[in-house]
Amino acid sequence: MRESRGAQHHLENEMKSLSIKNLRVSIGDKEIIRGLTLEIPKGEVHAVMGPNGSGKSTLSKAIGGHPDYTVTGGEVLLDGENILGLGPDERARKGLFLAFQYPMEIPGVSNANFLRAALNARQPAGEEIEATEFYAQMYAEMDKLEMARTFTARSVNEGFSGGEKKRNEILQMAMLKPDYAVLDETDSGLDIDALRIVSAGVNALRGPNLGVLLITHYQRLLDYIVPDVVHVMVEGRIVRSGGKELALELEERGYDFIKDDIREPALA
Amino acid sequence: MSTETTDQIAIDRTRGDFSYPESHLFDAGTGLTKDTVDYISRVKGEAEWIREFRHRALEIFKSKPMPTHWASKDLENIIFENIRYYLANGQKPTRSWDEVPDDLKRTFERLGIPEQERKFLAGVEAQFDSEAVYSNIKAAVGEQGVIFCGSTEGLREHPEIFRKWFGKVIPTGDNKFSALNSAVFSGGSFIYVPPGVKVKHPLQAYFRINAENFGQFERTLIIADEGSEVMYMEGCTAPKFETATLHSAVVELVAMKGAKIQYVTVQNWSANVFNLVTKRAIAHEEAEVKWIDCNIGSRLTMKYPGVVLKGRKARGEVISIALASDGQHQDTGAKMIHAADETTSNIVSKSISVGTGRSTYRGLVHIPKHLKGCKNNTECDALLINSKSRTDTYPAITVRGTGNSSQHEASVSQISAEQIFYMQQRGLTEAQAMSLSVNGFVNDLVRQFPMEYSVELKRLIDLEMEGSVG
Repeated sequence: MRESRGAQHHLENEMKSLSIKNLRVSIGDKEIIRGLTLEIPKGEVHAVMGPNGSGKSTLSKAIGGHPDYTVTGGEVLLDGENILGLGPDERARKGLFLAFQYPMEIPGVSNANFLRAALNARQPAGEEIEATEFYAQMYAEMDKLEMARTFTARSVNEGFSGGEKKRNEILQMAMLKPDYAVLDETDSGLDIDALRIVSAGVNALRGPNLGVLLITHYQRLLDYIVPDVVHVMVEGRIVRSGGKELALELEERGYDFIKDDIREPALA
Repeated sequence: MSTETTDQIAIDRTRGDFSYPESHLFDAGTGLTKDTVDYISRVKGEAEWIREFRHRALEIFKSKPMPTHWASKDLENIIFENIRYYLANGQKPTRSWDEVPDDLKRTFERLGIPEQERKFLAGVEAQFDSEAVYSNIKAAVGEQGVIFCGSTEGLREHPEIFRKWFGKVIPTGDNKFSALNSAVFSGGSFIYVPPGVKVKHPLQAYFRINAENFGQFERTLIIADEGSEVMYMEGCTAPKFETATLHSAVVELVAMKGAKIQYVTVQNWSANVFNLVTKRAIAHEEAEVKWIDCNIGSRLTMKYPGVVLKGRKARGEVISIALASDGQHQDTGAKMIHAADETTSNIVSKSISVGTGRSTYRGLVHIPKHLKGCKNNTECDALLINSKSRTDTYPAITVRGTGNSSQHEASVSQISAEQIFYMQQRGLTEAQAMSLSVNGFVNDLVRQFPMEYSVELKRLIDLEMEGSVG
């Protein structure tokens, strides 16, 4: 008995990851992700870099469960459980968070109400989070992101600048406390000050209880959020993985050197 | 588009959809003839002039065609011969819930009316089928000279005020259904607020249909005398029967010089009710009339609250929210008739169409040439939830003369799949996401409602969205 419990414990520890296995995703007839394998252990930050059109955003949408993206093969395991059969909201409640490249505007719904609704959706049926506790927590997180208090009454992302939208994504992430977060081009549209604030927000959330998949086109973001592992994605696959120095190499030499690398053996 | 759908959604299943066995002492039977009218008039013990008024109205009703040349063909599915026009037990409305017969009391308790009365109302009238079973006003309000009772009682006990205004705002022949109401009316509220009296808390009426194949024809008359203020709220529900039910009310408001009337409706009829209501107000000099109109239930609602701006600087407003679910048609709007200088009117209409639901906005604004300094603002926004949903807008704005102006804005938007995905990714179910979007869409209007009603409306929208997600 004791032994088997030990084995069980070991197994659980091993499964604490967001694991993508041989994933294939199509939009309409077009296959975008072509057998992608990637594992982000809990507590680590992995960056996925790739040129435009390599399928980076498709990867994030497919992990999140967007209905327009058809998964034709493979698995996405959240701590060992395949989540591909679940709706986007179920995946979210299981601890998955997507920071959107283009966060949506929701007219008439205040940021505070939206966040409360999202938090309440995680409570047992019939229970709600306590209002004063909620506001105290939200204000604390907003202060870290240098957001004005007036922000809570504004409609979700409506009329927000690019920087405000991205800060809002990080605020939601801080409040919802996911186990795994996929950050899709979080640096796009940010000036240097906003990039600093958003990065500080993400870094503050780093720790043993969070796994992060950072999707980016540019190395710049990785100066602020230093990844544990860098993956290079080309044409729907991971073609190379390495330490953070891989990002610098890419910055220096461009994506073409990797493309050449992978094409040659394929042609041979 | 066919409005004959089979799987209509019963709107508030948890609260409205129940009925108790009927046992009516007075039943006018099915069908509508002169005898039906005489029966109603006799049972109510009415004066001869009212009986004659009813007879004239019946003639007008019979002579007028259905307005299907502009309105929904679904009106043809109303079979007037199959409807029961008067059902009551002959008891007078009581002043205490303890004296209300148990089964009726249970109905209103389930609807939460006595509780609301204790919490925030100045007076309550509860109508069950044709007659009020309960009618009470808080002592302090009654002592100020405010009259609040059913129309039957109002006619009997305050004929000098009642007769002066009755049928003057909405003439019998205004339309086919105002004529029908005038022939067979029963129940509804009568309110008189003396000069200068400001009623602090709302007066509320609750209209309940319990019987099948029934028509409810309440008649409401509210007179706010000079400089007085009153807010009136009405709620309505019916159980979901297999056959169609008809609700056809006439509501007349008179705001004397400097008076203010706010009239709030939260209509939540079940999806088998034809809700064909005529509502109009006269606003005298510097008076203000505001209609707040929420239409959530019913099979077909046709309702265009109006204000005749009769005195200088009078102000009229219609704020309306309509939610048309699968198989429902909300045909609503507003009428603003400017008839004096410097009058202003404001119409804000928001409609939501879900599934095969259809919402129609009809607005009539009339500012004639000889007037000066009149202003109208009209905004109508439609939100479509599904690709099958439908919305139409028919604004008719006539502004003549110099120095008069009208501003009209309209928009149609749709909740996008990307918005829903975004909200779902934060953990909300599809129904919760839609509900949140819909509540957001109407949020700026709902904020103008009394708190208790905005909470109720939000709850109804939540229920409706839950039902709309397959």
